[in-house]
Amino acid sequence: MGSASSTLTQYDIEDVQEHCNNLYSQQEIVSLYKRFCQLDRNAKGFISADEFLSVPEFAMNPLSQRLLKMVDGLNFKDFVIFLSAFNPKASMPQKIELIFKVYDSDYNGKVTFKDIMEVLRDLSGSFMSDKQIEEGLIKVMEEAGYSKDSSLLLDDFVKILDHPGLKMEVEVPVD
Amino acid sequence: MSKLTTSRSELDLDRPNIEDYLPPDSIQQPHTKLRLRDLLDISPTLTEAAGAIVDDSFTRCFKSNPPEPWNWNIYLFPLWCLGVVVRYGILFPGRVLILTIGWIIFLSCYIPVHVLLKGHDKLRKRLERALVELICSFFVASWTGVVKYHGPRPCARPKQVFVANHTSMIDFIVLEQMTAFAVIMQKHPGWVGLLQSTILESVGCIWFNRSEAKDREIVARKLREHVEGTDNNPLLIFPEGTCVNNNYTVMFKKGAFELGATVCPIAIKYNKIFVDAFWNSRKQSFTTHLLQLMTSWAVVCDVWYLEPQNMKPGETAIEFAERVRSIISIRAGLKMVPWDGYLKYSRPSPKHRESKQQSFAESVLRRLEEK
Repeated sequence: MGSASSTLTQYDIEDVQEHCNNLYSQQEIVSLYKRFCQLDRNAKGFISADEFLSVPEFAMNPLSQRLLKMVDGLNFKDFVIFLSAFNPKASMPQKIELIFKVYDSDYNGKVTFKDIMEVLRDLSGSFMSDKQIEEGLIKVMEEAGYSKDSSLLLDDFVKILDHPGLKMEVEVPVD
Repeated sequence: MSKLTTSRSELDLDRPNIEDYLPPDSIQQPHTKLRLRDLLDISPTLTEAAGAIVDDSFTRCFKSNPPEPWNWNIYLFPLWCLGVVVRYGILFPGRVLILTIGWIIFLSCYIPVHVLLKGHDKLRKRLERALVELICSFFVASWTGVVKYHGPRPCARPKQVFVANHTSMIDFIVLEQMTAFAVIMQKHPGWVGLLQSTILESVGCIWFNRSEAKDREIVARKLREHVEGTDNNPLLIFPEGTCVNNNYTVMFKKGAFELGATVCPIAIKYNKIFVDAFWNSRKQSFTTHLLQLMTSWAVVCDVWYLEPQNMKPGETAIEFAERVRSIISIRAGLKMVPWDGYLKYSRPSPKHRESKQQSFAESVLRRLEEK
């Protein structure tokens, strides 16, 4: 796929569809492409962090910096693959894997107590002290059978988070 | 959620509670005991972020709609080519001619009036006003502007202010050809700036600079002085502070609404069939924008002069601004969005993130107490 083309060929669309396991319809991929080109102001072929932050709703999200690390500089195909975790038809393990990756900021496959504390700090800002976060986290972890020194793997996350109430769905508007 | 209060010296731009406009917080706040699953589940926050990446109401306000390409076939293509020839070869030179004649007439009257009548201020002012209205009419003619004015014409009275939605700088010209308003504008570079500092000075214009913090207080004072003066031209303000694509309105700045004056709303709606009059200042210079208008078929728009509004007892300036914005939006068929137009140039204030963080923290702490 060309980096700065403003039209998608049928081949490009099918290629992207294949890579996201056919979670998106062809119309949705065209819509996403229009959005991608809208955010990528100078047609570089990827969206820079600054361009993501120019969307006010994104910039004011407490986890925006963590997500930026994952989406900064993605080309269109990887952009769609990233968003496919939010597709209503995506599997629960795929969604939980994305959540895991947000916590596992050093990509070593393990989420430690410290990693979880950092995410909680992002979410609570200045409204919870480190001590309050630490105490609360130790309490719930022990009740779930983990200790402060445990490292959680992806399987642990799946075990903990997999329940029908987990909804992580974003609809792609198709005009 | 308490209303955001700001002091005059803050750079933060005042706005009503955004939470009133956005969809209800998807972060559930149940009162059950907190488990590890609840603490680790960041899916609502991630969903909001991904939703914003996929589509957001702020970027929609500044999307210029590219013209739909025609369905080419053997009959339509030559017709379109003929259209291009007519527009660029006949209409455009004709319009340039009209505009040039207009400028010649204008300058040959304005300069003598400005110089020779220095002592007779009242007469000079009246003549200069009429001349400015004249040159604006020439501009409008140069785009084959078809403007339908509805409602009673504005009159010059003290203690009143006119506000309108903003799509392009031509809004000002379209309104000015009917009534010589004084306007508050961002100082522009180039030939526009030259026009601003010479001709527009004579109708009484106020300049501001978006990037200067102290500027707001100075401008607020100038606004007040202008509105209270008896001899000044009626003041026109575009409270959105930036050009929006004529499908949406962004939040109105409260400056125009706390002058203690009657606010007369004006709604402007351009007919997109003929040309998209939205000036996307990020994509084109004003000169390019004008040239684009001059090579289109016509600029067709409706202007509604709406009923003057006064601040209701117990209403804050922000509520007043939002009430007037909804009057204008309903009249012109525009959707209202809860964003500050200046977010085009700067990042959102940390206050929004902080209110989300606060509600998260409170919920967690409360649920930790539950047995």
